[in-house]
Amino acid sequence: MDITRRRLLMLLPAAAVAWQYVQAGTPEASPNYKLTEHWWGMLIDIPKCIGCGSCVRACAEENDVPEGYFRTWIERYHVGDWKIERPEVESPNGGKQGFPPNQNAAGKNFFVPKLCNHCVESPCTQVCPVGATFVTPDGVVLVDKSYCLGCRYCVQACPYGCRFINPKTNTAEKCSLCYHRITKGLTTACCEVCPTGARQLADLKNPKDPIHEFLRTHTVQVLKPHMATGAKVFYNGMDGSVR
Amino acid sequence: MTPITSPCDLNHRSPDDSQLSKSIAQFAQLAPGIWRNHLFKDIEHLVRLAAVMAIALIAFVALRAVVVPKSFGQYGHYRGAAIAETAARPVAFAGHETCEACHTDVVEQKKQGRHVVVPCEACHGAQAKHADDPASVTPPKLDTAVVCARCHEANSAKPKAFPQVVTADHSGGLACDTCHQPHRPKIDDKADTKPATEVKK
Repeated sequence: MDITRRRLLMLLPAAAVAWQYVQAGTPEASPNYKLTEHWWGMLIDIPKCIGCGSCVRACAEENDVPEGYFRTWIERYHVGDWKIERPEVESPNGGKQGFPPNQNAAGKNFFVPKLCNHCVESPCTQVCPVGATFVTPDGVVLVDKSYCLGCRYCVQACPYGCRFINPKTNTAEKCSLCYHRITKGLTTACCEVCPTGARQLADLKNPKDPIHEFLRTHTVQVLKPHMATGAKVFYNGMDGSVR
Repeated sequence: MTPITSPCDLNHRSPDDSQLSKSIAQFAQLAPGIWRNHLFKDIEHLVRLAAVMAIALIAFVALRAVVVPKSFGQYGHYRGAAIAETAARPVAFAGHETCEACHTDVVEQKKQGRHVVVPCEACHGAQAKHADDPASVTPPKLDTAVVCARCHEANSAKPKAFPQVVTADHSGGLACDTCHQPHRPKIDDKADTKPATEVKK
């Protein structure tokens, strides 16, 4: 086809529209998902956790987490009698292969799964110099790895130690609350595989979510409440020794 | 100057009207000269400076338009398109609802026992690829001696109500499915729970 002046003039607007789509980036993967209708958090029922490590393994597989790094991990606490301020905490390989028998079975022993708390007033997003990490309108703290410089400010800023630098990409990485799953109507990988239901994804904007009834009727705490980060991972039955 | 009549007047006094108008007239007469001789003596420098600044401003605006991503600032101080990019990642775990759509026999089996609450992929691993293409991607057979022990190996940190065994004493190294049916683990006299009846189709 010869490109005549007339045909070129007809093609140009079409090309301009196409270019708009190219510039807009990847199209929305889940078209029915509305950012403003959700507010994500998680419930962790400590008395139900058996420390099997399923969540850690599932997270690594779902999100391609490099070996030796963790977006979620399990800690085993040992509190000897009254020494509530001196708990012994261990997390061999993040609890990925479970836990060996306790050295000291006396006293209080329990498991605490940890992950990003998806804080409302997140300290990590506040220190990012380039806007590579942010709280989404539906309350999830994400990292834009194509924008991250790898400066590590956020890694230092997180009071919960939930961030690391991916050795392959040299950018900050953290729990995304399986954003690619929850926007498709699935639960997170860790919640999906938890055999005892110790982890539950919660949509705080959904009035039908059982989280509301649970929060009303249970003794619930967040990690480091004195830091006023607005953490949205709620722990049921959490001992005072948990840091 | 008119004489000061009272201390209060001091605050309100202005120079004599006639004197003020005289000085204004004087300035108006001189002004064009000052203008020409002093302020715009080096006008060429000012024009050059203005030109350099204008070019810098245009360059900045143009460069910014190219460098800053289009969706930056859409929702806040970040690239709005990053949200959709994160959401576009493929899933690895299909979710137990997906499994249950086909494996209805297993659902029925699980309903009879306490493993009804255990999601499929807790033991079988990520199966989204199998769900997408059940014919060519088949999950491997599980080693029950390993899989069962992950949850049921005794540990003092586990909740007391959770069923736990020391596998070495309990089975002496035998695979758990020698006696237990993993989908319905309780051993009783009913005919449908023969050992190792893991349905494999």
